[in-house]
Amino acid sequence: MKLTGAQIVVETLIEQGVTDVFGYPGGQVLNLYDAIYEAGDRINHILTAHEQGAAHAADGYSRATGKVGVVIATSGPGATNLVTGIATAMLDSVPMVAITGNVPQDLIGRDSFQEIDITGITLPITKHNYFIHDVNKLADKIREAFRIAKSGRPGPVLIDIPKDIQTATAEYEPCAPVEPFPNRMPDMEKIERAAALIDSRSRPFIHIGGGVIGSRAWDLVTELADKIDAVIGCSLMGISAVPTDHPRFLGMQGMHGHYASSMASNDADLIIAIGTRFSDRATGNKAKFARDARIIHIDIDFAEISKNITADVGVCGDICVALREMIDRVHEANHMDWMDHVEDLREKELSFLVDEPGVLTPLKVMDAVNRRKSADTPVATDVGQHQMWAAQYVRFQKPRKMISSGGLGTMGFGMGAAIGAAVGTGEHTILITGDGSFGMNLNELCTAVTYHVPLTIVLMNNGVLGMVRQWQTLFFNHHYADTNLDTRRTDYVKLAEAFGAVGYVAKTPGEFEAALEKAQSSDGVTLIDCRIDKDEFVLPMLPPGGAIDDIITVKKGV
Amino acid sequence: MGEKKNDKFVIAVYVENKFGVLTRVTSMFTRRGFNIDSLTVGVTESPEYSRITITMSGDGYARAQMLNQIRKLFNVKKVELLEEVDAIERELVLVKIKNNPDNHQRVLSALDIFKAKIINYSVEALCIEVTGTPDKIDALIEMIKPLGIIELCRTGIVALQKGGGSIMESDDVN
Repeated sequence: MKLTGAQIVVETLIEQGVTDVFGYPGGQVLNLYDAIYEAGDRINHILTAHEQGAAHAADGYSRATGKVGVVIATSGPGATNLVTGIATAMLDSVPMVAITGNVPQDLIGRDSFQEIDITGITLPITKHNYFIHDVNKLADKIREAFRIAKSGRPGPVLIDIPKDIQTATAEYEPCAPVEPFPNRMPDMEKIERAAALIDSRSRPFIHIGGGVIGSRAWDLVTELADKIDAVIGCSLMGISAVPTDHPRFLGMQGMHGHYASSMASNDADLIIAIGTRFSDRATGNKAKFARDARIIHIDIDFAEISKNITADVGVCGDICVALREMIDRVHEANHMDWMDHVEDLREKELSFLVDEPGVLTPLKVMDAVNRRKSADTPVATDVGQHQMWAAQYVRFQKPRKMISSGGLGTMGFGMGAAIGAAVGTGEHTILITGDGSFGMNLNELCTAVTYHVPLTIVLMNNGVLGMVRQWQTLFFNHHYADTNLDTRRTDYVKLAEAFGAVGYVAKTPGEFEAALEKAQSSDGVTLIDCRIDKDEFVLPMLPPGGAIDDIITVKKGV
Repeated sequence: MGEKKNDKFVIAVYVENKFGVLTRVTSMFTRRGFNIDSLTVGVTESPEYSRITITMSGDGYARAQMLNQIRKLFNVKKVELLEEVDAIERELVLVKIKNNPDNHQRVLSALDIFKAKIINYSVEALCIEVTGTPDKIDALIEMIKPLGIIELCRTGIVALQKGGGSIMESDDVN
């Protein structure tokens, strides 16, 4: 059938299984929005307050569901407002398709009103991008974009569609949803070598990243750990892949990782890294990382093998196939001494956990969240101290429940991402944020209220940019340069009410528990303004450039 | 990874002959913090492909990273590392030299040694053309520098693998 380019976009999205899109209309996507209007009963469009919020929502939607997130924006400022959201998805390998309008092709290159070269701008922050020159190729390019976004190591793809392509007509034939390109199969000789290496070592540590969630390899990870008697640690992106209470799981490792997890990775004689890129935040000083350990690195992206940490055996390919083959080849092992050592580390870790009774501390906030949430509750975060406290103390039972910006560390990610996660899963979602991050994109409160998104916002309000302040305390002689927010005088309860949401203040553990209970039993949007001391630290901490041995476990300098 | 530092190497890249592909390749170098020494691009025996020849220097890590990162780009069809011993490398240079009667004899002897051609002659200047390996071009330039170079233009290296194979038949490095 003959359709306009705008209609082809919408029909192709629907054909690819897209049910929800996030976006913001504008001059160069008017035709596209007209097509969305016509197809309103078949596709759900969510209007955000800002294109950045829409991009983060598409990202959070994807992280929570595993589906490809879709965001739409107009040309010029609409497109540039997506940039942070696209970069966030790129750094965390989130499958996303961003669609932008542009001025008609005869106005391209003339600095026309709201014209911007968004394919040029997003070149280094997309897995691939397209500028559409021919309406006859539009549907296939969109299909290819979906295929690239979800194949191998996923990532964002942008399609820039000039207005004349949206109004031109072409034949459209529906197609089935595209399948990802087949995953590369791991080299069996490498698997043999990895298995032999595993059998020869006695202190194995499995380090997992977001790739374990993307490839749904969590059960194979624990099966391997059980068979070879290994412990498991993770990067921020790997959180929720393995249940927090799994007996072999030590939690996140690295700059603000769990003491036992970081120390065990340091003391191991074998690191099996799965679906992770050895980010500097996970390893600390690379030259001193796991000095006694041999490294096996399994990843779908061949460019990650030996990029940051040199692998003794690099296995590139489908993680599930690699793990299955490896499990079948390794011998069952018992490493009593290693397990005893890890047990000692865990006990030591507990001794560092100090919590002041009666005071609303980060630990008590997270404990209450753990008691109130269900196994299916997505927990989104922003970026900063609250994010690290959530990473350390929130307990997860199922994968895809921790929604957090790891690689880019995007403050302002949380509101959009939480809305996306709630829309995608239909679950009441909890956003843990700070007053710094929340201030960046709090405008999305109106989106959550408009679409009746079940959302609890736990605002950890300490009146400062806490993470930067912590560094200023430790390394910059208490020079609190531009990190005080207490002069802002924002009344968050009134703010929530102004947006049509509900707000509470919590100054004590009891007040927080009561507010959280009310929030969780409501279907609407609730904000809880939790008053936290401004000198709470995230501990442990590896000092910048430091190795695991330099770990700071006790608060100092305050 | 433990190879000697900053070897020069040549990478041949077969890419789809499409809008913006060269930018994708070069932008990746900027993004990963690598420097290109020379870059040439042109159509190939098949009109749907272009061949990019990149010369850069770096250690074994840089070399492996570059090959991997280029291979990840979607419009890239083939990537081949051309080791100096296995490759034929050529470069062309045009040099404009001051036309000074006192220089004539020295210019002609230089042209003779390097098998260069005079391709344009005017009262003020001579323009010469030389093809050869990058080393030969360097040596030529050194030799004629004292004669007064007005300006010069080098093409950058083009290279092919020796023998009967083609890049399209080459194995992927990974």
